[in-house]
Amino acid sequence: MALDANQVREIAHLARLAIDERDIPDYAENLSEILAFVEQLGSVDTEGVEPMAHPLDMAQRLRPDKVTHIDERERFQALAPAAEAGLYLVPRVIEQ
Amino acid sequence: MEWESVIGLEIHVQLSTQTKIFSGAPTAYGAEPNRQASAIDLGMPGVLPVLNEQAVRYAVKLGLALGADIAPRSVFARKNYFYPDLPKGYQISQYDLPLIGSGQMDIELDDGTTKRVGVTRAHLEEDAGKSLHEGFEAMSGIDLNRAGTPLLEIVSEPDLRSAKEAVAYMKKLHTIVRYLDICDGNMQEGSFRCDANVSVRPKGEREFGTRAELKNVNSFRFVERAINHEIERQIEIREDGGSIPQETRLYDADRNETRTMRTKEGADDYRYFPDPDLLPIEVSPAFIDDVRSDMPELPDARKARFESEYGLSSYDAGVLTASRELADYYEAAAGACDDPKLAANWVMDELSGALNKEGLGITESPVSPQRLGGMIQRVTDGTISSKIAKDVFEAMWAGEGDADTVIEAKGLKQVTDTSEIEAMVDEVIANNPDQVAEYQGGKDKLLGFFVGQVMKASGGKANPQQVNDILKQKLG
Repeated sequence: MALDANQVREIAHLARLAIDERDIPDYAENLSEILAFVEQLGSVDTEGVEPMAHPLDMAQRLRPDKVTHIDERERFQALAPAAEAGLYLVPRVIEQ
Repeated sequence: MEWESVIGLEIHVQLSTQTKIFSGAPTAYGAEPNRQASAIDLGMPGVLPVLNEQAVRYAVKLGLALGADIAPRSVFARKNYFYPDLPKGYQISQYDLPLIGSGQMDIELDDGTTKRVGVTRAHLEEDAGKSLHEGFEAMSGIDLNRAGTPLLEIVSEPDLRSAKEAVAYMKKLHTIVRYLDICDGNMQEGSFRCDANVSVRPKGEREFGTRAELKNVNSFRFVERAINHEIERQIEIREDGGSIPQETRLYDADRNETRTMRTKEGADDYRYFPDPDLLPIEVSPAFIDDVRSDMPELPDARKARFESEYGLSSYDAGVLTASRELADYYEAAAGACDDPKLAANWVMDELSGALNKEGLGITESPVSPQRLGGMIQRVTDGTISSKIAKDVFEAMWAGEGDADTVIEAKGLKQVTDTSEIEAMVDEVIANNPDQVAEYQGGKDKLLGFFVGQVMKASGGKANPQQVNDILKQKLG
């Protein structure tokens, strides 16, 4: 599967990456090669094989519903670029 | 042209666990911002989610209540999108292998008939945090206390055909999660949230029209208004020859209108994939049996039992089982007396009226069900009349003790002593010679006048049937 320029722009947008228009042909070519490489897996006959969700052949362990939390708000907020009144501050976001 | 509306609901139920779905941080509402956000909830590097057993148990409980398939093996997936109240950049949800598969729920329609509504699936996921847009210069404040709170998203089939049906479905699901005690049901605090998919099509057509998704219609009243408004809007566009774009719309309750929030053009691509941090959830038959053994009697079964066991009408049984708390109250009251029908009337009329007047819930009733039942028993055994019972009820409401204490203290015991009533009757006859003459002259209606006078003389305490009999006998 070969990616075109628009698909590259779309992928970059979904990943919130700013890319240079001039680099798009290179990205398209490189990403297409990665896809083609992975595509080789499609040649394996998987008829009757149950899809695998995880490489470990184990089931999820469950945790009892008990509070084990220690409040470390001050430590975490010291790492944030901006915090006020206990809230993390980010550039204003309002959905239109 | 006649149009038919097609509605499906997605309801997010916040599960009332003590801790988050993947961390040991508490879920209590109203804490100081970010005091309940752990490293896992914040998406710090190197942390690993560990699934809360209670969340799985609650999801299975609902699955059993909906007669749904419980997947022996289901998988968590990452739903990728960027928003500041989602620190990891993805929400852990379930995609192609949800825990709860297809089930169904019966709703009762206005005309008394029952409609079966399909439930497509229900899956576990984590809630996001909250963004606060006010109070900061060009910034938004993020509170991640809610991040990681367990949600069960319940998706219905597009089986609903009117806003009223949608409300009936939503109310029924609300009742069920309250009966199961898996969610506090508090809609103001966002514990029970609803998105509605609405489309219209010419009546008789099989194909669905393009749908609009209405976000966050979070009260029973708003959901009906929002859907009705959206149906009208779409019909208007279609009748003018226009087409409906697929989009997400937000309902504005103040203006009673919906408006575009985002179009599905350049469709949301969430790039779901299995979350490598979490192994598949395996639910054993033993686990399901264990959950089943813990299931309460559900509203439909309880309603049927109220009809057969207590002889209540379908309507009364429906009212009394609308919430588990009310049904529990009623059963306790009915158990404390010999007349379950009279108990039903008292709970639905006097008690509910008094509670409404004071804005109290059934669990806050100042009169316990045992005391109400005890008072009803005094009506049944003839100690007090129904009329006096209202006075006794008021006194109990005011905290003056149980029925027997009030009856004793206020001397409200019904007078059934024949000679005492006869004496009162004699006095009334002696004091009203004109009316006696008229009555004896054929004016039968005056009996009511005499009964009233005797009742008045007794302070309402004379047994009305005896008063009637004695009067008739004496007046000849």
